[in-house]
Amino acid sequence: MNILRRTVLKGASASGVLAAALTAGLLKPTQVLAMEWNKAAFEAKDTPAAMKAVGAASTAESKDLKLNAPDIAENGAVVPVDVTSNIPNTISIAVFIDKNPYPLSAAFNFANGAMADVALRLKMGQTSIVRAVAKTSDGKYFTASKEVKVTAGGCGG
Amino acid sequence: MRQALVAAAAFALAISPAIAQDKPAAAAKPAASKKAAKPSAAPVEEKDAATLEFEKFRAKMIEEGNPAELFEAQGEEMWKTKRGPNNVSLAESCDLGLGVGVVKGAYVQMPRYFADAGKVMDAERRIVWCMVEKQGFKEADLHAKPFASGTYTPEQTSLVTYVAANSKDMKFAVPMKDPHVKDVYEVGKEVVKHRAGPYDFSCNTCHGADGKRIRMQQLPNISTQKGAAMAVLGWPGYRMTGNVMLTHQWRMGDCFRQQRFPEPKYASDTVTALLTYMTANANGVTYTGPGIKR
Amino acid sequence: MGSPMKVRAQMKGDFADIKILMSHPMETGQRKDPKTNQTIPAVFIQQFTVEVGGKVVVQSETGTSISTNPVFGFKVKGAKAGDKVVVKWQDNKGDSRTDEATVA
Repeated sequence: MNILRRTVLKGASASGVLAAALTAGLLKPTQVLAMEWNKAAFEAKDTPAAMKAVGAASTAESKDLKLNAPDIAENGAVVPVDVTSNIPNTISIAVFIDKNPYPLSAAFNFANGAMADVALRLKMGQTSIVRAVAKTSDGKYFTASKEVKVTAGGCGG
Repeated sequence: MRQALVAAAAFALAISPAIAQDKPAAAAKPAASKKAAKPSAAPVEEKDAATLEFEKFRAKMIEEGNPAELFEAQGEEMWKTKRGPNNVSLAESCDLGLGVGVVKGAYVQMPRYFADAGKVMDAERRIVWCMVEKQGFKEADLHAKPFASGTYTPEQTSLVTYVAANSKDMKFAVPMKDPHVKDVYEVGKEVVKHRAGPYDFSCNTCHGADGKRIRMQQLPNISTQKGAAMAVLGWPGYRMTGNVMLTHQWRMGDCFRQQRFPEPKYASDTVTALLTYMTANANGVTYTGPGIKR
Repeated sequence: MGSPMKVRAQMKGDFADIKILMSHPMETGQRKDPKTNQTIPAVFIQQFTVEVGGKVVVQSETGTSISTNPVFGFKVKGAKAGDKVVVKWQDNKGDSRTDEATVA
């Protein structure tokens, strides 16, 4: 579990197991709020490229990764989504929206007792697959996805 | 043209149950109403799957965190801080009907009659009155841009949100035994029947009978307790469209706009009368606090 | 200096349930100002951290598809009533904000 490792460690000539351990998170290991925002991942224009940029080039579907989102969103500007990983040793979760201009919406690293569980709210431009990716401490990636329909119209309630 | 007439006739037919006592709608209709008219011609199910899904996730969002709480926090600070030309706080000067500074339960017992103002007032109007009379703010300033837009939120909106939050889980109890309130209620009952504007609409055209809808949304019948509750609950609300905090006063103005009426005067007798009618019809229903709106 | 957040933290069984409401426009950079027809520049929170009892428990990076006035929920085991919760965010324009709460 290395989310707070300094960037400098990542550059060390670590290899094999050690390298995997040092770069464990989906995010680049950095200092708190002097973190390096993963520009390449957030500016990738399709999900495969964004996933590659966070290191999740190959993933396996998992029933133990739960993505709870509405079948149909009342308003695409605020779509509530929860992701819970019951996969042991999950250290990171990232969320992608396939049809958004920039699919990667957020990535979270968990440490010091934080459960692999996050609730967040997304902006969706149109009906799309929402995809969660979980990473385990041994460097494996798992996914779960769900289509969320986005409607338009209606009045102020 | 022929097509438009046919559509107009279909529309009149569709809305006729709501206006059985009145003459059929004669005016031309907006394009959007075509969609609304068709489904409402047939009886609408109590609640469809989409409505249930919306309600489920709205409830979840309110439980997990409603951005309305950010405005509530700002309102609380404003309520307690000495402000305005008179450098006085609302907490030490403003009586919302339950005594100076008492906010707990005040929202669900308004509109009510205020002897010091000689008027029945809804919560927002009362807060504006206190800001003017007690704190010395200029009424014209408070009326100039009374509703949120973009990143701007009027102070009275945050104050209403704070006051409303302090009635969460309490029952609506508009004091209908007070003859002043009863009179204003009767005015409200007339206002919702009043047909006007280019489409010859009244509030009751959409909200006076059960089973109406517009596109995906079901329309509450505000003459019933259940329907009035649907219309009253959730205000003030954080609106997902535009990410703004809006009050029930705003909603009344927007209903006027949707009917193509001229906008009602802010914090006016007409709006108070509408709010009195709707809120009193919801008396006995538990208020769920500031909401989230589409 | 951003507007205040609202942070709530409550023990629910063996974990602290942490809810965070942030006040931020989260401009996507995709919208145009209807009046000027100019693109409104992107302004969004890029990073935030959650600390409980002095330790970072969540480290996050976010993009433009997080809703305006973001809301996040996390669960933290090993926390206890009285622990201090500190949330810090930073946006792409260098604005930042720190707020605290206590686990109830």
